Amino acid sequence: MNNIFIYIETEGGKIADVSLELLTKARSLAKELSCEVEALIIGDSVAQHKEELFQYGAQTIHIAEDKRLKHYLTLPYSSIVISVLKKENPQIALFGATSVGRDLAPRVSSALVSGLTADCTSLEIGDHKEVKSGKEYKNLLYQIRPAFGGNIIATIINPDCRPQMATVREGVMKKEPLDVAVKGKVKVIDTAAILKDEDFVVEIIERHIEERKIDIKGSPIIIAGGFGVGSKENFKLLYDLAAVLGAEVGASRAAVDAGFAESARQIGQTGVTVRPKLYIAVGISGQIQHTAGMDQSAMIISINNDPAAPIHQIADFAIVGDLNEIIPRMIKSYKLNSK
Amino acid sequence: MTKKLKIVVLAKQVPDTRNVGKNAMKEDGTVNRAALPAIFNPEDMNALEQALRLKDRFPGSEVLLLTMGPPRAAEIIREGYYRGADGGVLLTDRKFAGADTLATSYALSMAIKKIGPDIVIAGRQAIDGDTAQVGPQVAEKLNYPQVTYAEDITGLDGEKLVVKRRLERGVETVKTPLPAVITVHATAPDCRPRHAKHLMKYKHARTFTEEQDNEHNSYLPIEAKANLRIPEWGVADVGGDEIHYGLSGSPTKVKKIENIVHQAKESKILTSSFEDIDSLIKELFSSHTIG
Ligand SMILES: Cc1cc2nc3c(=O)[nH]c(=O)nc-3n(C[C@H](O)[C@H](O)[C@H](O)COP(=O)(O)OP(=O)(O)OC[C@H]3O[C@@H](n4cnc5c(N)ncnc54)[C@H](O)[C@@H]3O)c2cc1C
Ligand SMILES: Cc1cc2nc3c(=O)[nH]c(=O)nc-3n(C[C@H](O)[C@H](O)[C@H](O)COP(=O)(O)OP(=O)(O)OC[C@H]3O[C@@H](n4cnc5c(N)ncnc54)[C@H](O)[C@@H]3O)c2cc1C
Repeated sequence: MNNIFIYIETEGGKIADVSLELLTKARSLAKELSCEVEALIIGDSVAQHKEELFQYGAQTIHIAEDKRLKHYLTLPYSSIVISVLKKENPQIALFGATSVGRDLAPRVSSALVSGLTADCTSLEIGDHKEVKSGKEYKNLLYQIRPAFGGNIIATIINPDCRPQMATVREGVMKKEPLDVAVKGKVKVIDTAAILKDEDFVVEIIERHIEERKIDIKGSPIIIAGGFGVGSKENFKLLYDLAAVLGAEVGASRAAVDAGFAESARQIGQTGVTVRPKLYIAVGISGQIQHTAGMDQSAMIISINNDPAAPIHQIADFAIVGDLNEIIPRMIKSYKLNSK
Repeated sequence: MTKKLKIVVLAKQVPDTRNVGKNAMKEDGTVNRAALPAIFNPEDMNALEQALRLKDRFPGSEVLLLTMGPPRAAEIIREGYYRGADGGVLLTDRKFAGADTLATSYALSMAIKKIGPDIVIAGRQAIDGDTAQVGPQVAEKLNYPQVTYAEDITGLDGEKLVVKRRLERGVETVKTPLPAVITVHATAPDCRPRHAKHLMKYKHARTFTEEQDNEHNSYLPIEAKANLRIPEWGVADVGGDEIHYGLSGSPTKVKKIENIVHQAKESKILTSSFEDIDSLIKELFSSHTIG
């Protein structure tokens, strides 16, 4: 009762990193709230994961195993989560802000008529006093999230309804196993009692891995490479940085003409015009035909070994040096500084 | 034999938070939200296109827009008309104000019940609230199945709708019975442009509120206007329990809002040393530019 529940997501027979990050976070929240951490895992053969969940601090593991639950399906999965949360009445329930978590959690929150905060990047415990009524609340979950296209950071609370529910972005919290695993309990969920035939009306016909289409226009962070990157192979540096920052890779026309990048990535007068919140220009000189497509970006970082390159003049941060040294350092620093 | 479908597209009017250029910034580097133009939420455009494609394939089908917002959100309905929709409803009432996603989805679901569609198509996510919660919550309130992140509604297979979904690492094709809620992802095809013929015909479409407002008044004969009336629905029209609307129906509260400072005060020159780069990355973290 009144514990913290973490929904454990699995992918390809492994627990998703975000679920372990949430368990790690839940341990410290539980300490502050003097409550316990519980995990809920659903699938066709997931009991094998219990040791790992104990290692990350789950004190009770709720396991729902059923052959029909091999792949994630909204209706049966949400039926189980709703049933367990109704029965156990936790004070907090957390989900990864993954495609599964963001499909599942809102459906659950609607059924429980409890608030849900989307895509949080930080969670804290704090108090609240309602201005109008003067009513005081102790130990609420502060759910901190970017909104408005990343232009504001909002702290959301859920004073009256339980559980306080949130989805949390992948990779923003630390993932740390305990030295000594918890000796916890396992509760097996009777799926046959919960699931109804109507839960299986949506069928998966086919699933396969497919490369995503290039979408530089929609990306809040763009890392664009120019002729100075040198080769198609060396563009990998940019993809590596993009992967950690959650960015898209763009290119100058010279880079596209040289075959370093696909033409769909070209930014500029004859390419696409972008206005992301962060634009990192790498090995791009900054000719007007290029800058016409990006100079309205909210923040620009230029990386160029020529101190006189025009790109430096429109940059908020101009890094003068060799991109081959700078990008690996950026990745290293990102990893050191991200929690 | 072709089937005729009744399709509701959920569309929200939002400030254009994607293109926050230097001109929409205040001196202190934060966004001037009032300076952002109000637009048709981008993924709702993708949703509209999916609905129009179904209508192309199943002639006689009807595409209706449903938007909840202030009186000026009637623009969403007109925009829908210009691109080929058959009509729409503006849900507007002071009692809807201050809604979080739960109260928003309650209001939308009550209006949808009144319309009784075969398919509800929403965008995946609105670019202001950024939650992507309304679609699944509407589905739950209606007790409909949901298919999220649709990239292509490929068609009907018997009585079931076939939908291709875009996931983090691939695609999935599913089949759902109707009625259902589909949310559409940005990777779906762009919406077709406005059609000149529709533009001429519907530019005079007005809500009653707009007609009362002289500024919006058009010089059409009364009969023509009645034809082009955009319905406005409030709590009284859709029914339901007032406690679930607006602020009182919203369990989440915004406690605090912090504006992000995007812009460095002045251009800084850095070397390629690890120290310089590390301090830059730290700064980007603390300004939430990355994270
Ligand atoms: C009609 C017309 C339309 C055009 N449209 C476009 C367009 O849409 N988009 C576009 O981009 N261009 C366009 N161009 C081309 C444009 O004029 C430039 O030629 C092009 O932008 C140059 O690309 P670049 O900066 O990558 O290459 P370069 O100008 O060759 O610059 C490469 C830069 O990399 C730097 N560098 C080299 N090695 C390193 C290293 N190891 N570390 C760090 N820096 C390094 C160099 O100092 C140099 O500044 C157009 C031109 C015309 C005439
Ligand atoms: C800073 C900030 C943070 C917020 N955080 C949260 C939060 O964490 N949790 C929460 O519950 N609420 C939150 N809200 C409130 C939320 O933004 C509103 O409830 C909003 O009405 C709907 O949410 P959304 O914009 O995220 O829509 P989404 O859920 O992202 O929208 C998905 C789709 O639903 C449809 N849709 C959404 N709204 C409408 C509408 N008005 N009319 C027609 N169709 C619509 C559209 O098709 C849209 O593409 C927040 C608001 C602010 C200002």
